[in-house]
Amino acid sequence: MAQSGGGYTPQVSRYTTGARINHWVTAISLILLAISGLALFHPSLFGLTALFGGGALTREIHPWIGVFLFFSFSGLFFRFWKLNLWNRDDNRWMANLPAVMKGDEEKMPEIGKYNAGQKFVFWGMSILIIALISSGIVIWDKYFYPYTTIDQKRVAVLIHALAGIGAITVWIVHVYAAIWVRGTISAMTKGSVTAGWAYRHHRKWLREEASKDRASSTPAQ
Amino acid sequence: MALPTMEIARQSATRGGITGALPPKDDFQVTKLIDVSKCIGCKACQTACLEWNDLREPVGVNVGVYDNPHDLTENSWTLMRFTEWDNPETGKLEWLIRKDGCMHCADPGCLKACPSPGAIVQYTNGIVDFNKDACIGCGYCIKGCPFNIPRISKANEKAYKCTLCVDRVAVGQGPACAKACPTQAISFGTEAEMKALAAKRVADLTSRGYKKAGLYDPPGVGGTHVMYVLHHADKPEAYANLPGNDVKISPIVELWRGATKYFGMGVLAVAAGVGVLHHMVMGPNKVTTHDEEEGKRIKEGT
Repeated sequence: MAQSGGGYTPQVSRYTTGARINHWVTAISLILLAISGLALFHPSLFGLTALFGGGALTREIHPWIGVFLFFSFSGLFFRFWKLNLWNRDDNRWMANLPAVMKGDEEKMPEIGKYNAGQKFVFWGMSILIIALISSGIVIWDKYFYPYTTIDQKRVAVLIHALAGIGAITVWIVHVYAAIWVRGTISAMTKGSVTAGWAYRHHRKWLREEASKDRASSTPAQ
Repeated sequence: MALPTMEIARQSATRGGITGALPPKDDFQVTKLIDVSKCIGCKACQTACLEWNDLREPVGVNVGVYDNPHDLTENSWTLMRFTEWDNPETGKLEWLIRKDGCMHCADPGCLKACPSPGAIVQYTNGIVDFNKDACIGCGYCIKGCPFNIPRISKANEKAYKCTLCVDRVAVGQGPACAKACPTQAISFGTEAEMKALAAKRVADLTSRGYKKAGLYDPPGVGGTHVMYVLHHADKPEAYANLPGNDVKISPIVELWRGATKYFGMGVLAVAAGVGVLHHMVMGPNKVTTHDEEEGKRIKEGT
């Protein structure tokens, strides 16, 4: 890709088209769930139900979006779970968290495709979404009312509220990290990042990708 | 509305009540007193309730008990619950019949749990009523209610329960069930009047051997506007599992609609705030020219 003056900036492919579609479908569902869920969570936000055609429709639609998100997120989970397994580099990354927060990554270990913070977002969302879908089914009275006691529903509705807050918090961390670390968002829009971004934040992954390139394209060069 | 009975004291999902709302007035609190010891289980009250509210209950199935229908429904807002109780003290079988329905709590769990502004209101006279135009059918009222009263209609997915005939009370009438009761087991009047009547009835029952006769007006929900005279007031559970005298809104519900609400919004505000501050203090985390050069070198294997 040509750059004005700066010369050629090589791109490293980070996400396939399928992964990006899967991500954005999940993202839109999550945002709709957060808005409709907050509307029913805090009376001051009840006005947000207007976006869904009123309170009754919000109540009707919310669980269906939840089911949709569960399957959409499952797609992301099975795409990425292996790369999000915890390893020794993550412990060192976590130990250096204050330096990371200062944007000072020079002394950090070289990181693979995901750092500990990204893994925290991945596993945090996975656990919270399981908590949300299971507690959500318990309080989906239209279809599941007879299967649980009212006491169980009370516990479920509290868990659902807390897990929802947790998921939105993780979402804030996720979105903030993508904004703060410049050059990240193109991974999910164009599917690629610059080699400089990869060098700075995911050097081990960059080396792996580069060696893969060479393995597959040596004859041509 | 001009009639003082229809002034709203509190409504759901609304901070500090509503503009112009009058506080509940002590001299105007209404009460329905159900004297269980006088009830003969004729179900005239159930019929009167269906009749006045223009509701019909589909024909059900007899499973060998008198309860008909088997439970409260979106149509049957009151239900005679029959219990064959073996009194362990006397060894005698007692047939306990309790007219179940909304207790019109002074501190209503349904109103606390409801997320829709104005879907549940409490009038200054103590009546707790559902407003179906604002009801969204979420079922939170069912979770809030300590007496398991509200039911969601399958037809329009909105919650229903006894209104204490608010439409009759507003024009100076008593509830339809009280009017229909042939033994005057159901009385209606101001709280003071009903408590005086209950005291008389309790004294009478006590003199006739029911040593533990008493009034059921559980303080944990601030008292109720539907009260029972029980011949065994020490054992409310004997009356088809009427909750004990210490009944209150579930602490889980209090936590959910109380602290969790503030805690949750606080957490989100802090998370967003920390993000904004962090960015202001640290600035963006940018890829440097050095990074680009090194990255290019690795990528291209030079």
